[in-house]
Amino acid sequence: MVTASIALNRFGLGARPDEPVPGDPKRWLLDQFAAYQPRPPALAGLAGTVQIAGQLAAFYDRQARLRQEAGPRGRRATAAVPAETTPPSLPGTAQPPPAPARDALQQSRQIAQQQMRGHYLAAVGARTAAALVTPAPFAERLVHFWANHFAVSADKLELTGLAGAFEAEAIRPHVFGRFANMLNAVERHPAMLVYLDQAQSVGPDSAYGRQVAARGRRTVGLNENLAREILELHTLGVRTGYAQGDVTEFARAMTGWTVAGLRRGLPGRANVAELAPGTFVFAAALHQPGARTVLGRAYPEGGVEQAQAVLDTLAVHPATAAHVATKLARHFAGDTPPPAMIERLRAAFLKSGGDLPTVYRALIDSPEAWAPAPAKFRTPWEWSLAAYRALGLRQVQPQAAVGLLNQLGQATWRPGQPVGYEDTAGSWAGPDALMRRVEAAERFATRAGAALDARTLAPRLFPAALSPATAQAIARAESPGQGLSLLLVAPEFLRR
Amino acid sequence: MIDRRTLIRSGAAGLAALGLAPRLAFARAETDKRFVFIIQRGAADGLHTLAPVGDPAFASLRGDFAQDFASAPKLDATFALHPSLATVAELYGQKQALFAHAVASPYRDRSHFDGQNVLESGGASAYQLKDGWLNRMLGVLPSGEAKAIAVSATIPMAMRGRRDVSSYAPSALPQASDDLLSRVSLLYQGDSQLHGLWSEALETRQLTSDLAADNGRNAAATGALTARLLAPADGARIAMIETGGWDTHSGERGRLAAQLKGLDALVGALKSGMGPAWADTMVLVATEFGRTAAVNGTGGTDHGTASAAMLMGGGVRGGRVLADWPGVAPAQLYENRDLRPTTQLDAFIAGAVSSHFGVEPGRTMATLFPVSKDTPALSGLTI
Repeated sequence: MVTASIALNRFGLGARPDEPVPGDPKRWLLDQFAAYQPRPPALAGLAGTVQIAGQLAAFYDRQARLRQEAGPRGRRATAAVPAETTPPSLPGTAQPPPAPARDALQQSRQIAQQQMRGHYLAAVGARTAAALVTPAPFAERLVHFWANHFAVSADKLELTGLAGAFEAEAIRPHVFGRFANMLNAVERHPAMLVYLDQAQSVGPDSAYGRQVAARGRRTVGLNENLAREILELHTLGVRTGYAQGDVTEFARAMTGWTVAGLRRGLPGRANVAELAPGTFVFAAALHQPGARTVLGRAYPEGGVEQAQAVLDTLAVHPATAAHVATKLARHFAGDTPPPAMIERLRAAFLKSGGDLPTVYRALIDSPEAWAPAPAKFRTPWEWSLAAYRALGLRQVQPQAAVGLLNQLGQATWRPGQPVGYEDTAGSWAGPDALMRRVEAAERFATRAGAALDARTLAPRLFPAALSPATAQAIARAESPGQGLSLLLVAPEFLRR
Repeated sequence: MIDRRTLIRSGAAGLAALGLAPRLAFARAETDKRFVFIIQRGAADGLHTLAPVGDPAFASLRGDFAQDFASAPKLDATFALHPSLATVAELYGQKQALFAHAVASPYRDRSHFDGQNVLESGGASAYQLKDGWLNRMLGVLPSGEAKAIAVSATIPMAMRGRRDVSSYAPSALPQASDDLLSRVSLLYQGDSQLHGLWSEALETRQLTSDLAADNGRNAAATGALTARLLAPADGARIAMIETGGWDTHSGERGRLAAQLKGLDALVGALKSGMGPAWADTMVLVATEFGRTAAVNGTGGTDHGTASAAMLMGGGVRGGRVLADWPGVAPAQLYENRDLRPTTQLDAFIAGAVSSHFGVEPGRTMATLFPVSKDTPALSGLTI
């Protein structure tokens, strides 16, 4: 039953000792399509985007009020003031705000940081818990796959707060839907709009753009960041034939896609007061007028539907199908995915118009994904989940999970770049990374004590797939804890 | 002094081996001879330790590296000793230090991990033998009572085997997981990817415990500690000291000067700590392989083949450099890059052990280095 081990480890998130070994591995995977919980109990208590954005908006208001109260000196020092308004004859005007105001500003910032950090911790904890107790580990793996495909990075205050909500709201509901639905949800989500600067992109000839230009005080304009990453990372893939002109045209079409009430969102006076902070909004005043041409196709002048039409085209584009097929095949069949399998997934994607369950079925039916030799080196996230599950844990302290992932080099939702974390062994199979896993394994084993017998656990985790060398190393360990440590860093445990 | 809690025991007699269990009085070992193996992990550059300044190709080969030997003590017409090794040079002058050059174990590839395994196990290839030559050596000593101790947190490969060996390390060294680390090494033996990664990880770890640390004071403390373990009448007779930091791919002149200074301080502290027992003590210094003959682009040298080894002690017939010198001109190099090995390190070590303990050379060779048993052990290494 090597296939059972493959289903549990390569497709799933690692076996649990308290769950039965699937008798029909393929059936077990297919049944998860229905068993998947878009909003599992573990996520029930999490704050949503509107609540988090409300806290952020309150923070911005508080900061503005404190600066106001600090008077002109405080405002000058804490807000950006054009240089020419500061008379050079008055050197004292550059002083920082008075100490009490400075302290209050700092304190208010700390409170906001704590709030956002709290959301991040809770969301990582919930994500981890969901992965430990899920009835559908293959489906949870797909959640993680898509969240990394459409990566945001929790580096700034706003994204630290919103990263978990992004996955819960834009990814999870669509994992078993159409690719186009997920794409639309992602590109409208405030986290993505803020992360890739779309929220602040202004058409130079839009009403707002002309107004600002007329005042001549500062420049606002196009930001191509999201448009480019949609083409390069989210849909077509890099070097698939689009040109800089396509990026710019798409970025012009995207102008107006923004979010209410966030500092990095809708620009100043164009803000729409009646909308709740964190709400997606199409701001017509920011939209660049005119028809657009993207990838040789004309899109007539329009509002939100203009960029929507571009997205609809991209979502079912052959290059998108090939891109998604390649990434899925790489995730399940190896760092250098077999061309035949890519072609099979690509065809399934195109034929079904991007129906993800159809693509997953083609994936499960691909013999390449069931090759007995390990296909992948587990990422730190995968290894951590597999270890927690192997130990029979059903929940972990969020702080512990966050700390472990930081130590192992894959901080959750913090890849630092929109391409997400790499999905190849070269990124994770390093000497220091290996040493850290060994150290972490020993800590796990110390905590587990003698309660677990690695000799009986190992064959349950890898049914009919445990190597004699690992079995022997465990059997010869000087203590149960050492045996458990060795199991957690054994070659079969480091790979899937 | 020695903190009992940091004593690691391997086998039942470990504590007693240190003389730390006063109620367990041990019969004095029949032999008073002491043997210390100092392993230089990371491939020490023999050409920059014992420089062939008399070789016409040396100066052009080594460029500004050769400057370090401008005022170094000349040992003979060919070789000069690195100036950091002042104590060792003094021993050489007293005919208590003997060097062997262009020596190598049977290992011919350039992996630290595998090379150290060959050096320590005494096999011809990595993982061919499962125990170490120091452990097997306990079996041929005149007294079955002779005890061995590793001055490190874990039992190094050279000391592993069926005979009890204890280990002791200053408490600053990480200890908790060392046994796990060595078992992980075994676990990854058959996995080329993990084996490679793991050996690199361990090498990095070793860099944290190199001899240069704390301007050699750590090294001196290690030497003094070893002497305290060996000097007592009922103390250990065999000790092994692990040193790291020899993998000088860059900035070699400065790093090796500091490393050698540390080694010198270690030997100096060991000698003075042994007192009169120095007359019965033999110290072997050896590394897994040498480094490239030429200097690389980053002021260092890369993994090579032959290197130098040292033998020191009151009974050593020193004041000599043993070398069937192959030369370092381009055409004389091994695989066009390394010092060519002309003397077997196995034969040198077996010769030293055999004459120091008075064990028949053939038997010593067959026990310590069974794969090389047809090679005669070198003779005449002691008085």
